[in-house]
Amino acid sequence: MSDLTQLTISRARAKLRGKEITATEITEAYLLAIDRANPALNAYVAVTGDKARDMAKASDARLVKGEGGALEGIPLGIKDLFGTEGVHTQACSHVLDGFKPRYESTVTSNLWADGAVMLGKLNMDEFAMGSSNETSYYGPVINPWRRSRLDTVVMPTTHQGDGGFVSAGGTRTERSLDNAQLVPGGSSGGSATAVSAFLCAGATATDTGGSIRQPAAFTGTVGIKPTYGRCSRWGIVAFASSLDQAGPIARDVRDAAILLKSMASVDPKDTTSVDRPVPDYEAVIGKPIKGMKVGIPREYRVDGMPEEIEALWQKGIAWLKDAGAEIVDISLPHTKYALPAYYIVAPAEASSNLARYDGVRYGLRVPGKDIVDMYEKTRAAGFGREVKRRIMIGTYVLSAGYYDAYYLQAQKVRNLIKRDFETVFAAGVDVILTPATPSAAFGIADEDMAADPVKMYLNDIFTVTVNMAGLPGIAVPAGLDSKGLPLGLQLIGRPFDEETLFQTAAVIEQAAGTFQPEKWW
Amino acid sequence: MSVDLQTVKRVARLARIAVSEEDAERMTGELNAILGFVEQLNEVDVSGVEPMTSVTPMEMKKRRDVVTDGGKAADIVANAPATEENFFLVPKVVE
Repeated sequence: MSDLTQLTISRARAKLRGKEITATEITEAYLLAIDRANPALNAYVAVTGDKARDMAKASDARLVKGEGGALEGIPLGIKDLFGTEGVHTQACSHVLDGFKPRYESTVTSNLWADGAVMLGKLNMDEFAMGSSNETSYYGPVINPWRRSRLDTVVMPTTHQGDGGFVSAGGTRTERSLDNAQLVPGGSSGGSATAVSAFLCAGATATDTGGSIRQPAAFTGTVGIKPTYGRCSRWGIVAFASSLDQAGPIARDVRDAAILLKSMASVDPKDTTSVDRPVPDYEAVIGKPIKGMKVGIPREYRVDGMPEEIEALWQKGIAWLKDAGAEIVDISLPHTKYALPAYYIVAPAEASSNLARYDGVRYGLRVPGKDIVDMYEKTRAAGFGREVKRRIMIGTYVLSAGYYDAYYLQAQKVRNLIKRDFETVFAAGVDVILTPATPSAAFGIADEDMAADPVKMYLNDIFTVTVNMAGLPGIAVPAGLDSKGLPLGLQLIGRPFDEETLFQTAAVIEQAAGTFQPEKWW
Repeated sequence: MSVDLQTVKRVARLARIAVSEEDAERMTGELNAILGFVEQLNEVDVSGVEPMTSVTPMEMKKRRDVVTDGGKAADIVANAPATEENFFLVPKVVE
């Protein structure tokens, strides 16, 4: 039964509708896989087995009557940032200790309305602040991918019994896995690991500076951050409100399209939700890209970028060219300022959003000698180091006398970054192709990154521009590096043109194939 | 610009986060690394550029000025660490 976890959403959907399998069977297969793998991978912080079984049973009843929704009976993992009624919702922070909301986020409500089954809540960086999933209060998530090396093995000449095989000797190459544990990226590291290791059919995630696309690239999965305003933010724990967007992580491009269609909606409860109908993203998969104009931004060729990333980018260019796209060199001159501007805007908004964790309305309370002492002790005990660091930066840049120099300057630069994109799109570019990350997955407890927070921040160098400009971006796996680790390419589109991203990503996927880690857990 | 230990302690107070002497010293270094990194924004010519207020051009949605929700005090206090009859309990603030 465990091979049911190998099915993509589109294949599981067909089998469920064709009554070849039941929602209960596939749900049980995932619950078993989670039970076996979670001690090693730490992808789930809460498994909702009873709820999953109840939901699967209800799905089966609807499927029997032929009344199944778009995601009927499909088991999903939900990032701990999404409010789920009566279920663990802590943004993987200690400060939200024991919090079980009395409401359901709009995105997850949409998924359940379409028949999806909830397996549990997924690990993440605390309050989505991090690029390695090491800032979680629940400990790091482990990437199911490991480095490997190719060894030349000398084969002895052997004879085996009657009718057995005979080996004539010689040599062959063998890939052996290294034991070093790698990060899955972050902040949606639990989502990426769970999808890549077959612990859910697909997962919800969120992206403020790269938190969907970087972990997707690190795990050989597909992740899309839609245009700002496409998915409702209502009921999602807020990090930086002008940048946060929800999106899916999935095993292939079609699955990502299926999930986004259900997640996206027009929501009166979120004033930044956009009044536009949600298109059928799946319909564009397989459409030719002949004549499409693909921009290659020269500013994304950064110093110290590994040759393998450059080679992957060139491969991507060649694939799209072969498919009939027109490749054009473009310039996005303010690219290098996106990350520093982000590290003013995002912490500023976070310091304001996280002011609500005060030990009064929910979560942790540490007693103090008066109310201010209670606030200070609660927040000191409840927030981890990275979160404190960002609240401190945000508080500083918004404090009297510094607002103009930092925050206002950053918001002006942000407009220039957006204008760069508008200029190239106005010149007829349909989609922009870049690497997704400046490297493959790195080791747990990387010393360089622990010593210098800025080094960790550089992980988002190719993804953060997209959030700053509110654009859609998709990360799609494009190959393995020499150590056998997945690498991804990113496509950036016009506002609300997710369709072109799915259409183009499908061409890359067709050429590159899909990637699965070798099972060691 | 860089921050000194006193500034870090003042900012921590504004952010309502208790910090030990040791925390404050460590944070001073970390904050200065980040402030050093964002310093490069000063080289951008922003004359005549408006600060961004909305990432996608949109009109603020308005709804009719009517009651659409409410009557759920028990839900609102359900997760609070200390409550009494649908009130949040906090340490004494007025002498």
